[in-house]
Amino acid sequence: MRRRWIVLLKVVVWILCLSPVSWLAWKATHDLLGANPLSEITLSTGHWTLYLLLITLAISPLRKITHLNWLIRFRRLVGLFAFFYGCLHLMTYLWFDKFFDVHEIVKDIYKRPFITAGMTAWVLMFPLALTSTARSIRWLGGKRWQILHRLIYASAIAGVVHFWWLVKRDLTRPEIMAAILIGLLGFRIIDRLLAARASHPAIMRPKTSNEAEPSGVSPG
Amino acid sequence: MLIKKASDIPSSEITPKSIYMNRRSFLSGAAAFAAGMTMLGCEMVKPSEVVHANTKLTTVKSQFSTTEPETPFKDITNYNNFYEFSTDKYGPADLARNFRSRPWKVKVGGAVAQKKTYEIDDLMKLAPLEERIYRLRCVEGWSMVIPWVGFSLSNLINQMQPTSKAKYVKFTTLMDMTQFPGQRSQVLDWPYTEGLRMDEAMHPLTLLTFGLYGETLPNQDGAPVRIVVPWKYGFKSIKSIVSIDFVGSEPATAWNTAAPNEYGFYSNVNPNVDHPRWSQATERRIGEFFKRKTLIFNGYGDQVASMYNGMDLKKYF
Repeated sequence: MRRRWIVLLKVVVWILCLSPVSWLAWKATHDLLGANPLSEITLSTGHWTLYLLLITLAISPLRKITHLNWLIRFRRLVGLFAFFYGCLHLMTYLWFDKFFDVHEIVKDIYKRPFITAGMTAWVLMFPLALTSTARSIRWLGGKRWQILHRLIYASAIAGVVHFWWLVKRDLTRPEIMAAILIGLLGFRIIDRLLAARASHPAIMRPKTSNEAEPSGVSPG
Repeated sequence: MLIKKASDIPSSEITPKSIYMNRRSFLSGAAAFAAGMTMLGCEMVKPSEVVHANTKLTTVKSQFSTTEPETPFKDITNYNNFYEFSTDKYGPADLARNFRSRPWKVKVGGAVAQKKTYEIDDLMKLAPLEERIYRLRCVEGWSMVIPWVGFSLSNLINQMQPTSKAKYVKFTTLMDMTQFPGQRSQVLDWPYTEGLRMDEAMHPLTLLTFGLYGETLPNQDGAPVRIVVPWKYGFKSIKSIVSIDFVGSEPATAWNTAAPNEYGFYSNVNPNVDHPRWSQATERRIGEFFKRKTLIFNGYGDQVASMYNGMDLKKYF
């Protein structure tokens, strides 16, 4: 794909990824967030963290299926936006729910499984965001970087569990998210197994030039 | 017991609804959040509001009313947990638009001298309607102050003369999938049921409720008749009641059946007994930025705590 198109598409992805938070900000300043605005902000930023995490995780399988190698160049961007929404979500909790009461926050993380899961999900995303630059890959070495970035799987699982555990009764949404996540992780497992069988005896698959692009929070 | 002072001013006129329509305190809080975001005008667009043409009710004031600022009508009628319509809190306002709350009958039976079926309009005339401004604390951690209209459930109970076998009162919501689309999903065991111990049901605070803000109940708030038990979590205050039965043992209740470890039969508001998944120590009053401390029995301890003397409230949560 032409560089021009990639740049244009990146602009589109930026706009798309920023639209939920812009929409929230617009609603907040226009009294459109309903009766419980802080709850609305918490829910919305949480949902978008998960959506973007799942989209990030969908990029590699999609690339494998479609052979559109340029897709990988959007993985870091979407992954970093997942982290961005995760930070907003965490901030609304720390600020508007706990008002930075450290004692209460620590108690909450320790006592409430869904908070523990949510914190875990964010903590696991943090090093991935930190090492999302090309320089980090060089510094860590491709292999180690890739192993580190497998943390995204754990983070996504913790995120979905967090959502599942906090829902009062209607589990439809967490169930859909869990199904998608299982599908995305299942694809990788099956893909690995097939690859292992095909490459018997072990032949190292040569790296394609597209894989040089560092990905934000996903090792693929 | 009750000091009833006649008043010919409908409650809705005491505080003009239009004033409450304007969100005030949240905006100051939102300003903090919006630091860095553009603050445009605050009065530009309002969300689509569902307003029903409700009948005005004449009420007398009640000594049980709180003087705290009332939650705006808009919030009381657009932020509803009413799973018969939807599990989305913003869903019922719209989905309840065509709900038929009249004609409506309430069957009162079980251990009583004589069973009786009331037409809703007759039931409303059983005692003078009072305005009762109560705090409502949802189990989810938010609260409102609502000017209900109704009278003590004890008026009905006394009229029905329950026999000595009556130890509990069981309430049942209408079962009608055509009107309640939520009843098509298995999210709860329909119809919704609730229950109170006899002394709780007889307590003067327990309100047989027909209206709010001086008008008949909006559909999404449990029209045409509901119970309001202000010292218990909101889900105990069952809506759109079609039958009331006096029974000998603790009745099965909807949320207790759905998750017995999370929602007890008593479900008294108690900041010291956490929900298994979240704390009940604080709450967000709708319209306020900072959270406030939750009060034991939702602040009605002076009136109701004696009913639970000697009971382990952690066990009987």
